[in-house]
Amino acid sequence: MNISDKITRIRVGTASCGIAAGADEVLELIKKNAGNIPVEEVGCIGHCYAEPLVDIETVDGVVSFSHVPATEKGVANLLSLSSEGRFSVPEGRKAKELHKVIRLAGRICPTSYDEYVANGGYEGLCNALAMQPDEVVGEVKKSGLRGRGGGGFPTGMKWGFLAAKKAEQKILICNADEGDPGAFMDRSLMESVPHQVLEGMLIAAYATGATKIFIYCRAEYPLAIKHLQIAIEQIYARKLNDLNGRSLEIIVKEGAGAFVCGEETALIHSLEGKRGTPRFRPPFPTDSGWKEWPTMINNVETFGNVPLIIAEGGEKYAETGTEGSKGTKLFALAGDLKYPGLVEVPMGTTLAEIVFEIGGADPENVKAVQTGGPSGGCIPVELFDTPVDYDSLRSLGAIMGSGGMIVIGKNRCMVETARYFLDFTHRESCGKCTFCRIGTKRMFETLERIVGGNGVPEDLDFLEDMGNKIRKGSLCGLGQTAPNPVLATLRYFRNEYEAHVLKHQCEALICNALVDVKLEQSNCIKCKLCIKNCPVDAVSDDFIIDNNKCTRCNTCIEVCPKNTIFRVKKGEGFYSE
Amino acid sequence: MQEHYDYLKKIDKDPSNLIKGLQAVQASEGYVSDESIKAVAAYFSLPIVEVEGVLSFYAQFKRNKPGKFHICVCDGTACHIKGSTLILDWISTELGINDGETDEKGLFSLETVACLGCCSLAPVLSINGKVYGNLDRKGTVKILREYRAK
Repeated sequence: MNISDKITRIRVGTASCGIAAGADEVLELIKKNAGNIPVEEVGCIGHCYAEPLVDIETVDGVVSFSHVPATEKGVANLLSLSSEGRFSVPEGRKAKELHKVIRLAGRICPTSYDEYVANGGYEGLCNALAMQPDEVVGEVKKSGLRGRGGGGFPTGMKWGFLAAKKAEQKILICNADEGDPGAFMDRSLMESVPHQVLEGMLIAAYATGATKIFIYCRAEYPLAIKHLQIAIEQIYARKLNDLNGRSLEIIVKEGAGAFVCGEETALIHSLEGKRGTPRFRPPFPTDSGWKEWPTMINNVETFGNVPLIIAEGGEKYAETGTEGSKGTKLFALAGDLKYPGLVEVPMGTTLAEIVFEIGGADPENVKAVQTGGPSGGCIPVELFDTPVDYDSLRSLGAIMGSGGMIVIGKNRCMVETARYFLDFTHRESCGKCTFCRIGTKRMFETLERIVGGNGVPEDLDFLEDMGNKIRKGSLCGLGQTAPNPVLATLRYFRNEYEAHVLKHQCEALICNALVDVKLEQSNCIKCKLCIKNCPVDAVSDDFIIDNNKCTRCNTCIEVCPKNTIFRVKKGEGFYSE
Repeated sequence: MQEHYDYLKKIDKDPSNLIKGLQAVQASEGYVSDESIKAVAAYFSLPIVEVEGVLSFYAQFKRNKPGKFHICVCDGTACHIKGSTLILDWISTELGINDGETDEKGLFSLETVACLGCCSLAPVLSINGKVYGNLDRKGTVKILREYRAK
């Protein structure tokens, strides 16, 4: 038997991260060389660091290749099932992960209805239709599922509110406006298993009697939108949207880039074509939402969990997780670690297990982890034995958030990181509440001053005071959580703030105003690359860097082949007269 | 209404589709001009000021004409931690334009965005929607020069 006869199908991961790593070119080459073997585009299996990834299905099982180069040679290598470039899941991930929600991601063709069904898809919907709507709500309540968008509100209870409403129109909205910079769980789910998310929505529509479904998706996710549209057409063609005696419309609406639109009342305003400002609650959306009809909003990942609950039953689902947080959680793991990517772990897994065992981060080089994005907080490495669930994280001044998890290495500056988050939130504040609009701006300016080397000790008290006032004086989640990154870093990394304002030093050598650049003459090979590449001519002919001219752009450090140029503490570099 | 804006006719005139209308304008023209605002306002029978209000609220909408190659430098958390400010610096130096500007020839325009969703490949940038990851200075400059030669 020829090797090529053994191959039954080739799967190429072409989610956004795969494409960014060059999967498109690899796909073209494979198609060109694979002859009659079917080549399928699939979603993401979560191992983003190994992209482009190619799975080859053979009569003897699946063989995977990572980092596939877009060359004839690279493709020939995998078509010959060579032992080179094989991919295997790192041991730590194998041991600690539990794939439930993403069990099909990257393993089936995202736009194939048949393949989803062949792998247990739409079993949940079938089960649901055999039950009464209130029994379905009961199953979700039993499962203990809590909203995966960040707030952690019990999903079953929310469903119950909408189901109890008597109205001509009831609206169901899927919040796919994943605005947290550093999170990509929802993108991955929609790109890789759009049918699973839609199945969750159909079950919810049946259980609550919804008459219209909206998916509010970020415009930055074109592939997710495309896959959802294809899947919706397939649903229409099979009339799966005929529920409760009427035909449901499923509408995908593109967001236009506003972080605050993740907040439910702001999202509804945006869906109505208005400025996305939040409003006071009550009335809650389940009482008065889109065009004043009762409306319920769930997150993509929440919907992704629903088919599992109805397929296996609420009680079985609740066996995984902790007392207050059931099931599994997806995390977008990125930052200073070896294996960034999408991971799924049971609730209650500790931060140390996620960061070190799954992420492969070097324990010697980790300072903290940031959860919940700009609304969350940094948790220092000393507290990494904390189990990940809604309540434990909140007690540390962080939040679960939607699931972004950024590992921060020892060589990063926490003050600069806090400044970064405030830069984001002060720009994204919609301006409705005074404390959020002006307060975040003042906090940002203060942090700018501190990293700019002009901080004074009083600044720290001001930050704390203002942070607490913004928390109390803001209407929506954005304002209430915006000070978190600053307050959490002040709590755990006060020494770094103090070094900035008292000694005007940045230990991590990140803050440009507090560092100089120096060339170590002893190892220099005089190749002149630094002189050639310096954009401001700060390197003299005898290889001395003039810190009066230098803009700290790092160009010379990057180009130096001998690593003889360093960032040093302010005052240790050379200054011309 | 001018024939130029015929593509709006595919969209229902309900004001809840205003954002969709503005997105259609931007997809077709690359940005939203004063003239387009008037056309959109007329189409949805809304006051111009309301259209401007919605337009200015959302980060996606551009009021300046972008270059032939529009560069988005991701400044999401993961990219920022991995040095996206340096990437922005290097591009500024190479092209001579700052964040939010278009160069004189109309070839390149530069913008920072909150997150492209490819955090595991940080730092990343995109040019006309194509994403490039794991950037360093050399790689970044090489990509820009390739586009310039196109």
